[in-house]
Amino acid sequence: MTDKKQSILAVLTKPPYGGTTAKEALDAVLTAAAFEVPVSVLFMDDAVFQLLPEQKTEGIEVKCLATTLPVLPMYDVEHIYVDRKALVDRGIDAEQLILSVQPVETDTLRSLFQNHSRILSF
Amino acid sequence: MSPTPISFSILVYGAPYSSQSVSTAYRFTKTAIEKGHRIHRVFFYGDAVQIGSRLVAVPQDEVDLQLKWQQLGEQYQLDMVICIAAALKRGIINSDEAKRFEKDASNLAEGFTLSGLGQMIDATQSSDRIVTFGY
Amino acid sequence: MILHTVNKSPLTSSCLNNCLRAIGDNDGLLLIEDGVYGADKHQGLKLKPLPSGITVYALKADVEARGLMGRLSEDVRVIDDQEFVDLVVSHNASQSWY
Repeated sequence: MTDKKQSILAVLTKPPYGGTTAKEALDAVLTAAAFEVPVSVLFMDDAVFQLLPEQKTEGIEVKCLATTLPVLPMYDVEHIYVDRKALVDRGIDAEQLILSVQPVETDTLRSLFQNHSRILSF
Repeated sequence: MSPTPISFSILVYGAPYSSQSVSTAYRFTKTAIEKGHRIHRVFFYGDAVQIGSRLVAVPQDEVDLQLKWQQLGEQYQLDMVICIAAALKRGIINSDEAKRFEKDASNLAEGFTLSGLGQMIDATQSSDRIVTFGY
Repeated sequence: MILHTVNKSPLTSSCLNNCLRAIGDNDGLLLIEDGVYGADKHQGLKLKPLPSGITVYALKADVEARGLMGRLSEDVRVIDDQEFVDLVVSHNASQSWY
């Protein structure tokens, strides 16, 4: 890898369990962190459902994402944003999530894209 | 318009024959090369790893996507990486992994290599542009 | 400057809506695969306000394959695969909505 690390914006749009994308996105983010590449995460659309508390996945026999997501800050993934409109549309309270995230308005959301030249789309 | 050559990495997420992802990514990659650009890596993730199964048999009147990627890869020495974690659980396996997991066969097609997600992160750092082809 | 690609019909997916929330003033929007249905003048983009200054492109091979050439909204520019590559080069990054 080159010496100067380019920071990555990981854009998440999928809900947690109907497909494998949410998990694969998380794996990619954790890998970036392991390689000490700065990575910001943005939850949009149905990806905000990944942040709901009280996920119990024993019944569908998949690994619970809600137990892995809270480790992100421990891996130095500190910039975690969520589209406030996506929360409001779904009646989700930003204070009740499994992870401390920063709700952003449209203008901030747009500037996140403009401020990153490396985007991973999930 | 003939822009200065730059380097691309191509991320492909959709299963061949289930979505257009692999096919659109192929056209983009081929066109980029023909325009004089360099391809740093093609990384197949998620269901796109199915491109690497040697056991796929395509009807004569349909496009053999794997063959097209193999020919492009051979002609231009492309680094075509299949995510190992995504591949193994979907039954795409090379001979080393087949031994390790005590499987009676392996099926990774020629021209592709199995490697980790680190290759995707490296691609974000080592190429000028990343283009994702979702499912 | 970001190039946004959208590959789903706006009638069945939130991709285009998400894209329109995230798109910036000088960004480009390229409709590919089933995303080109959003360029149909009888539906899709017509119904949604696009931010000013955004150029909307549609990928020719996908438009032709779906028989949409005569149905496209007038403000959509049809581009070929070569121009797709040029667009990626001329923008700083690309975001794929799928």
